[in-house]
Amino acid sequence: MKRSSDDRRFRLGTGAFAAFVLLIVVGIAFELTRQSMLSITKFGLKFWTTSTWDPVSGMFGALPFIWGTLYSAVLALLVAAPVALGIAIFISELSPRILRQPLAYLTELLAAIPSIVYGIWGVFVLVPIVRKFEVAMGAKPALGVGMLAAALILAVMVIPFTSSVAREILKNVPSTQREAAYALGATRWEAIKVAIGFGKSGIIGAVMLGFGRALGETIAVTMVIGNAPQVTASLFKPQYTMAAVIANEFSEAADELYLHALIEIGLLLFIITIVVNMLSRLLIWSMKRRVAAPVPVALVAEEVAA
Amino acid sequence: MTANLRRRKLISRIFEILCGLAVVVALIPLAMILFYVIKEGAGSLNLDFFTKMPKPVGESGGGMANAIAGTLILIGIAALFGVPIGCICGIHLAEYPGTKFSSVVRFAADVLNGVPSIVIGIFAYGLVVLPVKRFSALAGGVALGLLMIPIVVRTTEELIRLVPGNLREGALALGATRARAVFGVIVPAALPGILTGVLVALARVAGETAPLLFTALGNRFWSTSLTQPIASLTVQVYTYAQSPYDDWHRQAWAGAFLLVMMILTLSITARLAVRRLERMNRS
Repeated sequence: MKRSSDDRRFRLGTGAFAAFVLLIVVGIAFELTRQSMLSITKFGLKFWTTSTWDPVSGMFGALPFIWGTLYSAVLALLVAAPVALGIAIFISELSPRILRQPLAYLTELLAAIPSIVYGIWGVFVLVPIVRKFEVAMGAKPALGVGMLAAALILAVMVIPFTSSVAREILKNVPSTQREAAYALGATRWEAIKVAIGFGKSGIIGAVMLGFGRALGETIAVTMVIGNAPQVTASLFKPQYTMAAVIANEFSEAADELYLHALIEIGLLLFIITIVVNMLSRLLIWSMKRRVAAPVPVALVAEEVAA
Repeated sequence: MTANLRRRKLISRIFEILCGLAVVVALIPLAMILFYVIKEGAGSLNLDFFTKMPKPVGESGGGMANAIAGTLILIGIAALFGVPIGCICGIHLAEYPGTKFSSVVRFAADVLNGVPSIVIGIFAYGLVVLPVKRFSALAGGVALGLLMIPIVVRTTEELIRLVPGNLREGALALGATRARAVFGVIVPAALPGILTGVLVALARVAGETAPLLFTALGNRFWSTSLTQPIASLTVQVYTYAQSPYDDWHRQAWAGAFLLVMMILTLSITARLAVRRLERMNRS
C-alpha cells in the first residue's frame, strides 16, 4: 500500500516540473500578447500591411521586417536545402563507413558555433567578399552588407539542422526499399531516389525545420543585413528582419507604444516559428511512424554533441 | 552494356559526385570560420584579456575581465534555474514515456527549442525587467535558463533511456520505491552523460547574444550584482565588432576565439561520454 502511494507521489512530483515546461510555452504566448495590446488595438491589421516605421511620430508598420525575414529565410533555404540533402545522402548512402562519424560530427559542428561568431566572421570576412562580388556585378552602391550576405550566412547556419534530420530520415527508410530497387536493376542513384521518395514527407519536414531556424536567427543577420527597412527583391540592397529590429531597437524604445509595437513583432515571430516547427515535427513524425523503427541512440549522440 | 545503361550509370556517378561536393561546400565555411577565429583571435588573447577591465575609447589595451565574470554569473543563474527543471522533467518523460501528458510535454519542449532566442529574451524582459523597470543580471540569467530547459530535458530523457533495463529491474526487485530506483540507481548510472549534456547546454547558452541585449543589457564596469545590468562576453563582442576601432575589433576576435574554444572542448567531451555510455549499454 505504502509503496503505491510513494510511487504516485514520485509521479506527481516529477510531473509538476514537466508541467512547468508546458506552462512556459503558454506563458510566452500570454505575455507577448498582453505586452503588445496597445499596438494591436491601435493599428490592427494595418500593422502588418504598411511600411512606415517612424517611432517619433508614433507610426508603426511592420511590412518591411516581415518581408526581410521571409525573403532572407527563403533565399537561405534555396541554398541550404540542396546542400544539406546532398550531405545527408553522402553520409548515409555513399561515404565509406569510417568517414561517416567524423563527417557527421564536422557538419554538426556548424550548429554549435555561436551566432555572434558567425556575425563577426560575416562582418570582417564574408561582407568584403560579397562587396567584391557586387563590384564585379556592377551593383551600385556596392555595400557588401545586405540581403545576399544575410542569406548566405543563414544558409550556412541552417545546413547542419536540415542535414542531420534528413540523414536520420534516410537511416529510417527500410533497406528493403533500396534492395527492391537494386533487384530491378537500378543504379545507385536510382536506388537513392527511391529511398528519398519513401522519406519525402520527413525530408520536407527537415527543410522546414531549417526554415524555422532561419526565421528566428538574430545576431548574425543583424550584423550583415544592413538594417534598412525596405521591401525590395534586390539581393544587394540592405534590408531588415523582424528579429533584427527587435535586437536593435528594443532597449531604446522610449514610449510604451513603441515597445508594444516591437513586442507585437516578437509575437508574430513566435507564432510563425511555432507553426513552422509544428508542421515540420508532424511531417518527420508521420514518416517515422510509417516505418516504426526506433532510433533513439544515434539521435542522442548527435543532439548531445551538436 | 547498352547505351541506355551507360547513360544511367553516368547520371548516377554525376549525382554521387555532387553529393560529395555538398559536403565540401559545407566544410569550407566551417574551415574558414575556424581559421579566422584562430588567426585573428588567438594572437589577441593574452593575460590582460582575462584580468583587465575595458579601457575608455581611444586608449588601447585593456581586457574583458568584467565580461568573462558576467558570463559566468549569467550561466550560473541559468543553471540554477534551468538544470533542476530540465532534469526532473526529463526524468518524468523517461519514466512515463507512453502517457498522453508526456507526449504533450515532449511536444512543448520541442516547440520551446524552436522558439527564437530573441523571443525568449522578450519573455524574460516582461517577467523580470518590466516589473522593476531595470535591466538586471537576473533577467539575463532567467532568459538563458529558459533556453537551456528544452536541451536539458531532451538529453536527460534520452540518456536515462540508455541505462540498461536490468539495473532498474534489479533495484525494483530489491523492493526499492520508484523514486529510490530512479534517484539511487538509474540517475547515477546516467550521471556522467547528463552532466556533460548540461555542460553542452551551458556552453550553448553562453554563446547566446540576442536574449541578453535587453535583459542583462551590458555594462562597461565591474559588476557582480544580480539586480544591476551586467556585461557578458557575447554582448561585448557584439558591441566591439560593430565599433569603428581596430583595437576593439582585435578584442572582439579574441572573445570569439574564447567562445569557440569553450564550445569545442565541451562538445568533444560530451561526444566521448556518450560513446562510453553507449558501449556500456551494449555490453
